Amino acid sequence: MSSNFGSIPLRYRVSIDREQCMECGRCIDNCSYGVFRRDGDRILINSRKCTACHRCLAYCPRDAIMLEEHPCDYRSHPVWNRQVREAIYNQARTGKIILAGMGSVANLPVIFDHLMLDACQVTTPPTDPLREPVELRTYLGKKPSRLDFRRNSNGDVELSTELAPNLMVETPILLGHMSYGAISLNAQVSMARAAKETGTYMGTGEGGLHPGLYPYQDRMIVQVASGRFGVNIDYLERGAAIEVKLGQGAKPGIGGHLTGEKVSKDVSRTRMIPQGSDAISPAPHHDIYGIEDLPQLVRSIKEATGWKKPVFAKVAAVNNTAENVAAVARASVDAIAIDGFRGGTGAAPRVFRDHVGIPIEVAIASADRELRKQGLRNEVSLIACGSIRESADVVKAIALGADAVYIGTAALAAMGCRVCGNCYQGLCPWGIATQRDDLVQRLNPDVASKQVANLIHAWTMEVTELMGAAGINSIESLRGNRDRLRGFMLDEGLLNVLDVKPVGA
Amino acid sequence: MCGIFGVMDKRRQMMDGSGIRQALSMMNERGSGEGAGYVAYGIYPDYRDCYALHVFFDNARESKAAVDTTLEQWGTIEHDEAIPTYDQPNLRATCTPWRYFFKPDPSLAPGSASPEKEIITNLVMQINAGANGAEIVSSGKNVGVFKAGSSRGAEGAGGAGSRPEAVADYYRIEDYEGYIWLAHNRYATTSPEKWERPDPFNLHDWSVVENGKTTTYGANRRYIESFGYNCSTSTDSEVIAYLIDLLVRRHGLDINLAVRALAPPYWEEIDRMPEAEQKLCRALRFAYGSATMNGPFTVVAANPNMMVGFTDRGKLRPMVVGECGDRLYIASEESAIRAMEPGVESIMRPAAGETVIGRVAQ
Ligand code: SF4
Ligand code: SF4
Repeated sequence: MSSNFGSIPLRYRVSIDREQCMECGRCIDNCSYGVFRRDGDRILINSRKCTACHRCLAYCPRDAIMLEEHPCDYRSHPVWNRQVREAIYNQARTGKIILAGMGSVANLPVIFDHLMLDACQVTTPPTDPLREPVELRTYLGKKPSRLDFRRNSNGDVELSTELAPNLMVETPILLGHMSYGAISLNAQVSMARAAKETGTYMGTGEGGLHPGLYPYQDRMIVQVASGRFGVNIDYLERGAAIEVKLGQGAKPGIGGHLTGEKVSKDVSRTRMIPQGSDAISPAPHHDIYGIEDLPQLVRSIKEATGWKKPVFAKVAAVNNTAENVAAVARASVDAIAIDGFRGGTGAAPRVFRDHVGIPIEVAIASADRELRKQGLRNEVSLIACGSIRESADVVKAIALGADAVYIGTAALAAMGCRVCGNCYQGLCPWGIATQRDDLVQRLNPDVASKQVANLIHAWTMEVTELMGAAGINSIESLRGNRDRLRGFMLDEGLLNVLDVKPVGA
Repeated sequence: MCGIFGVMDKRRQMMDGSGIRQALSMMNERGSGEGAGYVAYGIYPDYRDCYALHVFFDNARESKAAVDTTLEQWGTIEHDEAIPTYDQPNLRATCTPWRYFFKPDPSLAPGSASPEKEIITNLVMQINAGANGAEIVSSGKNVGVFKAGSSRGAEGAGGAGSRPEAVADYYRIEDYEGYIWLAHNRYATTSPEKWERPDPFNLHDWSVVENGKTTTYGANRRYIESFGYNCSTSTDSEVIAYLIDLLVRRHGLDINLAVRALAPPYWEEIDRMPEAEQKLCRALRFAYGSATMNGPFTVVAANPNMMVGFTDRGKLRPMVVGECGDRLYIASEESAIRAMEPGVESIMRPAAGETVIGRVAQ
């Protein structure tokens, strides 16, 4: 039954400069969404299917393709804008929840962009990272709040405090969790190689650990989500650390969702679920209905793995993040990742992605404050994630209280992702968020791993320079260092929550 | 930036303040006439069992009664008086320095390993945080801090300001006799209008002078405040004094380890250490990462039994150590040491990360 709406106006318009086009057909091959087709020796275009993924533009040998946004204007209206109306039309037609991929597109100010970093001049000189050490080495895990000593028979001072296992990273930038299923094996392998090369770690996401990643298992943080996909003792033992996923920034309060189209044979084996079935992890873990249940899960994971690996937990940034984080910190957890509301996702209900949660800047600042207030800051490391876009964001997140950051979308972009936001369709023309064999083959792990490693390396150098400019030579000294930040055009209430002074103060 | 000076006599032989006044004046260039301060251990033998509280009153008539009441709640005031001062043409005094000789009642801090110091710490935090026109600038037994800053007002114009000698003369420092002296002159880099701003900073046992400016004030402050300390002056040296108190008194670290927590070796150096030492250094960085100080600094700190000098781990500020007989000197410049002790026997310039500790013979 057709709807009353007719068709919704195009989002993008694709056109070909016919003077330039040589009818080679590469655009047809490259566009997995089926925008182009051949009619005799002419290339026909169906712009309606275009996602602005830019694959065709990147591979047209003649630069003949043009892509524009908003070719058709809605009646201008400040409230009933295009997005709002299209959502209504689509839902009126289908009666369903609208899915969306990648991070939020809500038009809200980015707090990171209103925080300025500080630098030294003459009363305090900057540090020159080319000539003096600037230490980015970060240990993630529990730290003692104080130390106990004893004197040995020689009268030397000896430490009697036992240190908990920590993950050592040479840069505060880690690759966040993106599951096999949501992204391709080639994409995971590319990131795993980059993690190995740069001395950092990557998260497996909730999709299990494919044997293709075993060579990099000492660089993997394996995830245990509510669906328990792919979780068994072998999986837990392979990881360098284990992360319990309690929530995700793009969709706080709900579980994970992997559409059946992406559950290929290999994915089904790795996740331990039937091929072609939707993989839906529940909103809560069905063995955690109160905070008292979490330590039991965490300790049983530790017990199962001989208390040798740090166990992380990931929570979505919500209004009472501080309280949640303090509770999680008391649950034997070694590090907590806080995922901001702009975090990426393979698939989320649009209404969650754009309307639930709070910015990571605020969440990390208030979590750090609450942990300090309760004397728990050394009990856990904090990892900020969900919208870390550049090295300055890394430095700002750390100054707001994080120990390290996870990057997700930025790593995908380093592999070629154009942030088109259609990951949930499983047709990613860049071979990243897809399981279709021919598309997966488009991503060459040799090349992509180099690109990701380059990005981490470049950001790491920039972080070093920014720290040097601020006269700071160890990452511990940047952590929670609010003096190195100033708020520009932020209101007083927000400055108070962030505990940051305004510029000029 | 600043000039600092410390001298200690291992056998507790007393030195009057004229020598250190002379030494500090050698470093006027570093101070730019923006105030100075002195601290002396051993100056109140008649009240050696009392905590000597030096208090600055913005207006003694208004705020002294409140301080008296607070102190009486927590112990006994054995004696109190205005600290004698002598007007100097280049020094504009905006507050009245007062001293109390005070005995805290240890029964009021049950459960603490050092109840008297716990009470004193809380009194300092409480009084200094309250906007009551009173600031406790030193609070140890048999020790006192004498300091003054100046605004660049009419008197201070042209940089004449309160040169170290003016501050010394204001308190007539040469009238006091101590076995450990610290001194500091400063170029006021933050809020020069605050009279009480300059170093030294003190919390009962420990006094601190610092030549430098840390870039970690924000991190260190957040850290120390999570242990109940309250930083009321936005000054590095205040935080350093509290950090040392936390590490040494409350956490029981010996001073060597405490300094290693504040200015730790680089990871590269730690990686090369023998295993036991490596473990110790890693643990210190794990536990006290937020206490690490960055940026250029030299710190000289003292308590009744020792004097300690250390620099930031890159040694971006100078530290010169001199010895002569029983006397140990630590200063920003050799000339200052020579001004006080022309016959100094040995001069050393310790490397970054090398802590200098002189202990008083027991
Ligand atoms: S790829 Fe470019 S040149 Fe080739 S057919 Fe498509 S538009 Fe024409
Ligand atoms: S979906 Fe991508 S490949 Fe297809 S037309 Fe649009 S931009 Fe080009």
